Amino acid sequence: MKHVKILGTGCPKCKRTYAVVESAVQQIGQEVRLEKVEDIMEIMQYDIISTPAVVVDEVVEIKGRIPSESEMIKLLRS
Amino acid sequence: MFDWLEHLTDWLVFRVFGMEPGNRLAEAVHFFIYDSVKILLLLMVVVFLMGIVNSYFPVEKVRNYLSRKNLYGFEYLVASLFGVVTPFCSCSSVPLFIGFVRGGIPLGVTFAFLVTSPLVNEVAIGLFVGLFGLRVTLIYVASGILLGTISGMILSRMKLDRFLTPWVKEILAKAEREGERAAQLHLPLPKRIPQIWADVVRILKGVVPYVLVGLAIGGFMHGYIPEGYLEAYLGQKSLLAVPVATLLAVPMYANASGILPVVQVLVSKGVSLGTAIAFMMGVVGLSLPEGMLLKKVMTLKLIGIFFGVVAFCIICSGYLFNMIL
Repeated sequence: MKHVKILGTGCPKCKRTYAVVESAVQQIGQEVRLEKVEDIMEIMQYDIISTPAVVVDEVVEIKGRIPSESEMIKLLRS
Repeated sequence: MFDWLEHLTDWLVFRVFGMEPGNRLAEAVHFFIYDSVKILLLLMVVVFLMGIVNSYFPVEKVRNYLSRKNLYGFEYLVASLFGVVTPFCSCSSVPLFIGFVRGGIPLGVTFAFLVTSPLVNEVAIGLFVGLFGLRVTLIYVASGILLGTISGMILSRMKLDRFLTPWVKEILAKAEREGERAAQLHLPLPKRIPQIWADVVRILKGVVPYVLVGLAIGGFMHGYIPEGYLEAYLGQKSLLAVPVATLLAVPMYANASGILPVVQVLVSKGVSLGTAIAFMMGVVGLSLPEGMLLKKVMTLKLIGIFFGVVAFCIICSGYLFNMIL
């Protein structure tokens, strides 16, 4: 099962990102473990400087922008 | 450039709506329609162009560059210039701050970036071009860059490391300069466009309601407040106007896009441009919520010093503009 983390300190962009990832997960119909990371110390462990970021199985795939749904689906399927 | 729009609005307001030229309501409606269309068009163009520039200077690249290169005293200016091309989201300020500190970038240089980045952003530039024209926009951008550079230099003299929160001090102790990174995958421009365009749409959706409300208020004031009415209170002769305007601006966060159209009308009614620019810099560049976010990395004292120095520089530039413009 894939483990997806959305890193962000709770700004509107981060919330939008979470919604996009959620709907991508629903569309592919696989089980995915979704996690929201809002703690700044934990976020900084991924060495990113702009949020939101999406981490799939501990790899930072997207940083500093909201992904599109099709992009997310591709990431989840790969 | 916008003659066609002027004619179109004339036709719409005076012919289609059948309103009398010179009538107050007619002037207000005319102002609202003409300015909203013009500003939305300009905003779209500016945000799009800035999006293209930004796509070639992502913030990761900026950090790597500042961390790697020795710029012989020009690092404040360079950081400030980078601040112009990187869009800024206040919620990113904390990770950005840590990321810069971790990369061995001096605090003062980080501050230079942190001041200019929100101050000179794509939405502010778009609104400025639409509301005040190119000349004032260039002045605003140049002074935003200078302001970041000078604030950064002043702050670097103050030995501020001791006012960071403990965990950030720890990161600072372990900071190291970065090496050359592997070249990132190069996407040709046409492939970047869809992403950039999606951002344009998202940004516009976020600011358009505020702009329209601001223009509606502005249109109303435009029609009903007599020309030169505010000259006596907020004109060039009033010494207190600049600091008061700056302080008033700090709590007005996130509504910059709604406030700018109103300020433009105030200027046409006699508020001097320096005072107006100081006010707008305060609105766009200094926000209390952003200050509160920074509490995770800085002590309140440092946030106070940071805001104080920037506000001081804004007030100075306000006076300067009142003298020269």
